[in-house]
Amino acid sequence: MSTAAPPVASDERLVAIGFGKRLLTRPDIGAFLGAIAVFLGFSYFAREVNWIGDPAIWASWTDQAAQYGIVAVPVALLMIGGEFDLSAGVMIGSSGLLLGYLATHADMNILPAMAIVLLFGLAVGFLNGITVVRTRLPSFIVTLATFFVLQGVNAALTLRLTGQTAIQDIDAAGGFDSARRWLASEITQYDVKVKVLWWIGLTIVGAWLLSKTRFGNWIYSAGGDPVAARNVGVPVARTKVMLFMMTSGTAALMGIIEALELRSMQSKEGIGLEFIFIICAVVGGCLLTGGYGSVIGTFFGAAMLGMVQLGIVFAQWDSNWTFTFQGVILFLAVLLNTLIRNRAQKAR
Amino acid sequence: MASEIANRGPHLLQVENISKYFGNVVALNDVSARVDAGEVTCILGDNGAGKSSFIKIVSGVHQQDEGRMLVDGEDVRFHSPRDARARGIATVYQDLAMCPLMSIWRNFFLGEEPTKWRGPFSRLDVARAKRTAREQMAQMGIDVRDPEQPVGTLSGGERQAVAIARAIYFGARVLILDEPTSALGVKQAAIVLKYILQARDRGIGVIFITHNPHHALPVGDHFILLNRGRVIGDYEKGAVTRDELVLQMAGGAELDALTDELEGLSAEG
Repeated sequence: MSTAAPPVASDERLVAIGFGKRLLTRPDIGAFLGAIAVFLGFSYFAREVNWIGDPAIWASWTDQAAQYGIVAVPVALLMIGGEFDLSAGVMIGSSGLLLGYLATHADMNILPAMAIVLLFGLAVGFLNGITVVRTRLPSFIVTLATFFVLQGVNAALTLRLTGQTAIQDIDAAGGFDSARRWLASEITQYDVKVKVLWWIGLTIVGAWLLSKTRFGNWIYSAGGDPVAARNVGVPVARTKVMLFMMTSGTAALMGIIEALELRSMQSKEGIGLEFIFIICAVVGGCLLTGGYGSVIGTFFGAAMLGMVQLGIVFAQWDSNWTFTFQGVILFLAVLLNTLIRNRAQKAR
Repeated sequence: MASEIANRGPHLLQVENISKYFGNVVALNDVSARVDAGEVTCILGDNGAGKSSFIKIVSGVHQQDEGRMLVDGEDVRFHSPRDARARGIATVYQDLAMCPLMSIWRNFFLGEEPTKWRGPFSRLDVARAKRTAREQMAQMGIDVRDPEQPVGTLSGGERQAVAIARAIYFGARVLILDEPTSALGVKQAAIVLKYILQARDRGIGVIFITHNPHHALPVGDHFILLNRGRVIGDYEKGAVTRDELVLQMAGGAELDALTDELEGLSAEG
């Protein structure tokens, strides 16, 4: 049989998909449109300040967005891979506290201390991952347990070791200033934070990993249909363990950034952020069931939540409304994404 | 014709007198079958006849308790599906091993992704993957205009075609198809039968597992009927009629009795 088999009966099975529909099949389009809507909304509600044009205001909401967005990148990848990590928030606290302890009580230089903290993050992620793939328990439960264990450890050990609920004076450590310059300083006169660059950089790396590498294909399949993936030779367990390690490792990086930025670390730091990360990922188009989602969308999800957080302040509303806003955004985003996805899949 | 077959040397895949026990249940009892390049061997049987045990042994998921298996006349024993694949035996299961939300090209190359560049910058060769997926689908007679299309939007028959094309592309010489037509409508089933013939024409030995003699008859070169783990019939093409196949599969006399009973019921009603 020759290679030039005639295209048979293509007319009845395939319809050309237009540009508009192709755009709407992207998982990140909802978050992008949502971010624009929120931005325009606050340009009205926060009109007391120059919301659109003032670089200092951009600096403040991007700071907040980076706070969410950096860890949201691996959390999104993990969700696409079909798992959750509820310990990603508390890990920020644990890592910052560990860095503070090493720097102040163990008198270490900040650089080796940072290396130890990152290894600690990877180790916690490895434990989460290996527990999930070995026991086949839902990661929701496993990482919820990790969350509570670490929450207790953070509070109890901090009090025991320092007699306080926080570790202070981390900036006394050797090498602090150079580390701070790379991770937690401001880059312009408007105080745009270096961590915003880390956020953008990690988003690019995450998006590249997901769409352009073999590992990315394995992430999709590990969440989409793990049995099928295993049958065709995808190392599903290894992929998932690596995703857990990336998540905890990035949370550790965030803990380092916060410790450098604040020069101190509270024992309750990071708690509650785990859900914010998940909201960013879901707003960004990630399915709770795995197998589908976007790192770029998650970026816009984080941007949206950052804008809401600061917009409410600039609009001079009671900041308690932030949670309500986050809830509404989550709900609308999921509704919109489901609608778009269903339309996209029927569109043929 | 007969001398041709005799002169061809060892069969591509041959199983001889294999038996399989699960505890005290005899799943397969003294089953023999073979397939050659460019031929379709149909394994027919009703539910519980031993079809899936047969697939699992040939594809390396289980090992037979008795009997032997030969590939190119060489004794083989598979310890895992990977072993079977290494000998060119690929199985397309009913669930097709595909992720519905992933695109055609991503599914096509899942687990065997082509890459370019080395080391930390090693990346998917997306252009090659898309092109290859299109070409391979074209060989099955399907014009994929957009390899980015999620597999979930394809029809059952087209998904089957992706799975078959993938197996062939990755070096399958023997293709085991597990009930590929059972979940499909009449028209889609006919399309899948066409894919089976296309695979055959490309020199693949196809083992077609089905419970439907109407699907087996138009494409098969050999027909092996299983019932309760035993071979109850082994026919060459042309040596058996459709009615005989149907009758044998349902257990002959049993079906007669059932037909009588049903006729009796409808007469009463």
